[in-house]
Parts: sequence; C-alpha cells; structure tokens
Amino acid sequence: MKKICISVGVLLSLLQAGYGQSTTQPAYEKRKLKVEEINLVSSYYQQDGNNSAVTGGIGTEKLTDFAQSFDLVLKTTDQRNRQHTIAFDFNIDHYTSASSDNIDPLTVSSASRSDTHIYPSLSWSVHNDNNRTTKGLAFSYSTEYDYKSYGINLNFAKASTDNNREVSLKAGAFFDTWKAILPPELRPDGYGSGAHGDRDPIDYKPRNSYNLSVSVSQVINKRMQLLFTVEPSFQQGLLSTPFHRIYFQDGGETVEKLPGTRLKLPVSFRLHYFMGDRVVVRTFYRYYIDDWGMQAHTANLEVPVKLTSFISVSPFYRFSHQTAVRYFAPYEQHKQTEKYYTSDYDISGFNSQFIGIGFRTAPPGGLFGIGHWQSVELRFGHYSRTTGMVANSLTLLAKIK
Amino acid sequence: MNKNPFLKTLGLTVCIGLLSLTGCTTVKEYQKSRINDAEMELSARKSEKFEQNFYLYREGAAGANGGKSGGGCGCN
Repeated sequence: MKKICISVGVLLSLLQAGYGQSTTQPAYEKRKLKVEEINLVSSYYQQDGNNSAVTGGIGTEKLTDFAQSFDLVLKTTDQRNRQHTIAFDFNIDHYTSASSDNIDPLTVSSASRSDTHIYPSLSWSVHNDNNRTTKGLAFSYSTEYDYKSYGINLNFAKASTDNNREVSLKAGAFFDTWKAILPPELRPDGYGSGAHGDRDPIDYKPRNSYNLSVSVSQVINKRMQLLFTVEPSFQQGLLSTPFHRIYFQDGGETVEKLPGTRLKLPVSFRLHYFMGDRVVVRTFYRYYIDDWGMQAHTANLEVPVKLTSFISVSPFYRFSHQTAVRYFAPYEQHKQTEKYYTSDYDISGFNSQFIGIGFRTAPPGGLFGIGHWQSVELRFGHYSRTTGMVANSLTLLAKIK
Repeated sequence: MNKNPFLKTLGLTVCIGLLSLTGCTTVKEYQKSRINDAEMELSARKSEKFEQNFYLYREGAAGANGGKSGGGCGCN
C-alpha cells in the first residue's frame, strides 16, 4: 500500500510539473539578429526573333541578358516572442539589345545596345505566433537608362487555428518615371536625344501602378495543398513606349500610342500534390483579362522526382495563350484614323511554350562538405512563341544557411 | 444580358475557390512531413525569379504568379 501511495504521489507531482510547463510562457531570451539564409541566383537569357517593336513590328529582337541576384534574410525574436524578418534583395541585369540599338542608329544614344538595370528592395515583416498573424512592409527601387521606379508594398496574413489555412492581403504601389526618348526622325526641333552630354531638353513622363493581391492557401489533406490568388492591378500614365515606331498603311510614321489607363485582372490556382514517396506534382493555372481587350490562359506543370533523399530532377512545361489587345496591328497595317496604335508583338495574340528541366541537390552535410552551403539548383528552359520568337534561359541558384 | 467581364470573372473564381475549400481534412502538425517538403512550397521557386521577369516582359498577360507586377520598364 505504501508503494502504491508513493507511486501515485510521484505521478501526481509529475502531472503537476507537466501542467506547469504547458501554461508558463517561455522566458524571453535576448536574441541577436542572425542570418537565416542567403540566396545567390545567376541567370543567362538570350532570345531572337523578327518582330521588333522599335522598328514598327519588323527587324531583329536579338537580346542577351546576364542577371545576378543576392538576397539576404535576417531573423530575430523580440520581447513579446514575435519573429522579425528583414530581407534585403539586390538584383542587377546587364543586357544587350539589337532592337533598341535601332532607336537611334546614328548616335546609338539612348536606352540602346546595352544597359544595366539595377533593382534592390528591402522588406521587414513581423510574425506573431499567438494570434497567427504576419504583417510586413517593403520598399523597392529600380533604375535603367531611361526609366526609374519607386515602390512600396504592405502585406498582412492570418492563419487558421490549426495552421491549415492562411488568408493574405497585399497592396503595392509603384511610382515610375519615363525619359521620353524619341526616334531621331520623329523628334520635334530642339528636342534632345537623351544621350549623355546632349543638353537639349527631353520630356519626363509618369507611369504609376497600383496592385492588390488577395490569396488563400489551404491544406487539403496530408499530401495536397492549394493556393488561390486574385491580383487586380491598375496602371495610369504613359503606358506606351516612346521609342516604338508605327508605320501606317499609307507609309506615314509615328510613335506608339496607347490609352493612359489599364485595368488588369489575373486570377490563379496553384495545386501541389505529393504522390507516393518520390514524386511531387506542381500545377499552376492562371486566367487573365484586361480592359485593352486581352484575355489569356496559362498552365504550368512541373514534376520533381526525388532520385535520392537529397537529389531531385524536375522536368517542367508551361503553355500560354493570349489574344491581342484591340490596338495591335502588324507593320504598315494601321490606319491614320485610328486613335491608338501599337505594333508591339508582346501584346499581340500568340501561343507560347516553355519547356525545360531543373536539377536540385541538398546533401545533409552541406555541399562539398561546406556545412552552410545547403543546396544548389540548376535550371534550363527553352521558350518559343507562335510569332517566331525563341529564347533560352539557364539559371543557377546557391542557397546558404 | 451583357455583364461586366471583370465582375463575371471575379464572381466565378470566388465560387470555384470556395468550392475547392470544401472537402478538406484537418491535418495535424506532426502529419505535415510531406506538406512541409521543400518541393511542396506554395510559391514559385527562387530559381524561377528571372524566368518570371521575362514572362512579364514578353507577354502582356502578367501578374498573379508572385512575380513583379509593376515597376521597371522591361521594354527592350
């Protein structure tokens, strides 16, 4: 009897200790801001085609782009046990473009031939585990020879009690400025070329974009989850490109002219399914409609296959179909009586396909024995569209933790 | 009857979205080993970053894929 009493007493005291653990908040520990991860992305892209908008819908679209990205994610926990994440993202593109070289063939003055595009961003978010919310704020900047952009983004997300559903809201605004470089034969007297050292004046035009994004992610079962997103956006300002030429049926020439506003409504689904032990099926579908008359469907399928627990190969295929905006016509097909006109094949009607393969390895001890080097990904894709344009891209990602 | 195509699209997708949420089962944290796999992440891959940029530049139908939806010219 004595043994039973002692045993019950010990069990009760353990139970009490157990309750004590579950109701007490963990004591605050001062935690330094520490590096969560670093991602380095390098990409090479090249394209060719024969429908350049710079020369009115004809001529070379040859372009090469070498892009680098560095993103750094820092984390810390505050006195109220909220998790703070600070992310710095720096991107740089260097491209050579044969078509923009034709803006001003005499002086090669403008956004031509080659340019460097720099776009850093800084974001801060706070995650509170108690009420399952995340709030964030981000700033971005982008600069090219003839274009500057300042952006601000706000986001809020709330997860369900069981963490199987999350609703998130994002709102963003971009305030951009165009340097209105015109083709030389269409410049008024005294209008500058936009080249370095040219003191003749040139116009600067605004373009503002406002985006809203509402998305819901949901765990369907142990192997399947989906994401549903509605992302309306509104743009206003100079939406045409000042140095895109237009050739009319009667031989006349001018620059592209498009409405001063554009309302876009893309909606999308992403459904991911873990099939068996080695195969993941990643699907994506998007429907798009805008008030310029364009409608589009895009579908993407990617199937990562885990060859071992730390090596996977991911073939992918993307198909997209879009209708032309109502202001589009090819070279020398526009009439002088039209109000708006463009010969830019990026907003014409076409089907496009992108096919390729990705490779990912993430060994448990780090890559080449370097513990912090968590994973590496290599991705190659071939893009083609029914306008005749083809492109290839190669991307390398290194993740450090 | 000629309804606004934007409202029609929005209404239809909200209905599909709500319908897709029915039939979900509650999955506990300890049952999420597959859901939490890196390949299952519900966003585009980081290595797709520049691919998304060229879609935005080369196709007029942009947005709703986690990529940049404004800012920057991308015209060359």
